[in-house]
Amino acid sequence: MAMRKIYLDNSATTRVDDEVVGEMLPFFTEQFGNASSTHQWGQQAKQAIEEARNQVARLLNGTPNEITFVSGGTEADNLAIVGIAEAHGDKGRHIITSRIEHPAVLATCAHLEKEGWKVTYLPVYGEGIVRLDDLRKAMTDETVLITIMHSNNELGTLQPIREIGELVREQREAGRRHLYFHTDAVQSIGKVDVDVRELGVDLLSLTAHKFHGPKGIGVLYVRRGVRISPQTYGGHHERDRRAGTESVPLIAGIGKAAELARLHLAERSGHLRNLRDYLEQELFRIIPDITRNGDAERRLPSIANLNFDHVEGEGLQISLDLKGVAVSTGSACSSGSTEPSHVLVAIGLSQDTGHGSLRFSFGKDNTREDVDYVLETLPAIVGKLRSLSPRAVKKSKLEAGA
Amino acid sequence: MYSAKVLEHLENPRNVGEIENASAIGKSTNPVCGDMLQLYLRLRDGRIESAGFLVQGCPPSIAAGSVLTELVTGMSVEDAGRMAPRDITTALESLPRNKEHCSVLAIDALRDALKLTP
Repeated sequence: MAMRKIYLDNSATTRVDDEVVGEMLPFFTEQFGNASSTHQWGQQAKQAIEEARNQVARLLNGTPNEITFVSGGTEADNLAIVGIAEAHGDKGRHIITSRIEHPAVLATCAHLEKEGWKVTYLPVYGEGIVRLDDLRKAMTDETVLITIMHSNNELGTLQPIREIGELVREQREAGRRHLYFHTDAVQSIGKVDVDVRELGVDLLSLTAHKFHGPKGIGVLYVRRGVRISPQTYGGHHERDRRAGTESVPLIAGIGKAAELARLHLAERSGHLRNLRDYLEQELFRIIPDITRNGDAERRLPSIANLNFDHVEGEGLQISLDLKGVAVSTGSACSSGSTEPSHVLVAIGLSQDTGHGSLRFSFGKDNTREDVDYVLETLPAIVGKLRSLSPRAVKKSKLEAGA
Repeated sequence: MYSAKVLEHLENPRNVGEIENASAIGKSTNPVCGDMLQLYLRLRDGRIESAGFLVQGCPPSIAAGSVLTELVTGMSVEDAGRMAPRDITTALESLPRNKEHCSVLAIDALRDALKLTP
């Protein structure tokens, strides 16, 4: 019998939907025009791009001219942060972000620090969520940008974006007119409702491959009236925000994926939650000494991030891979040092406990049988690795003696 | 990423656990990543009669401990004292460059058990 293959790493990337692939294919061959050309080939391409822009705008409840196509989440974050910094740096040079942002945000902020910017990294406590009080205290007249992710990629924890949006609005009304608010919503799209008007954000990043679209295409939403400095120089593409010939197939792909994400949001979200809750509930029942990382309620329906005492994350992850199950760990020892990820450190995990963390992330194509297979295989793997662990062996001896 | 041999030892680690009445116990810790290995040996007439191990660490550290116990079982204490990290790496086919320290972890535990200076 062929080994089962179960993909539970949908926060890393997702399978492209067949319907999305079908939407993209004609733009490689028959309709290969350059959208800047004024002939019919070009106009066909242009039309496809504008249709996709509409689809993404509808998903976010924005307007089409607020949608800028970029290469993905990383570029969107870079363009948002540096774009605001360069355009409004004369008003102040302070940015507020959190300790659990994606490297695309953290590394961009670190770059600006070298250029003389001040950056405040808000704590997230055990629950993995920033607190409004901390944000309020961090704000100064120098603050021009707040960039806080919509949900965290490792824990799935949802940040209080709507509340921050309100706070930003109040601050602007009180005179801080040059304050802008960006959110990286890369993990949230297709899992929870993301409405730019309701959230009150000025800029928002997303990428197609996290919601069954292709890799290499993303969007930066920029609210009407917000000025950013472009980071690429060239032609007048994307309303002068992002020079470079548009990838029509990829843009058609993100448009279709956005439409499907919008149409199926409630159903997919419920499906993900059912599978995730089933996995957690059963694992807590059958494997002792597991804890959840991050807040239990305020999080995406798609992610379970669990900590297994006395075992090391990579051993768990590779052992599951050998059984055909793909998950990820917050503690890959890549550089010879097994520091837990910056996210796990931010919620207070020590080096030792951080080692045993696994992230299961569900997608629309996962089934209850997939979870059953994990429930069948994981207890033996944990048991085997714990039988190797000096700490676990000592603990079970103590318990046996007691 | 890892050799078939490393994966095989991860799936089926040999000689897991402490040994009753061990005649020698060795411990080693990797100061960089925190991995920790404990080696138990039963010695008889100058030979290693049996070996067991416990490890807190990543897959290559598990594989290194496991293959070490296999290699030293039946070996003379003298020969065991001459073993080097390279012997572990070779027995595991290969280790990624940034995981070579796992072979050192295993040999350090062996040398500690045999009371040899590291």
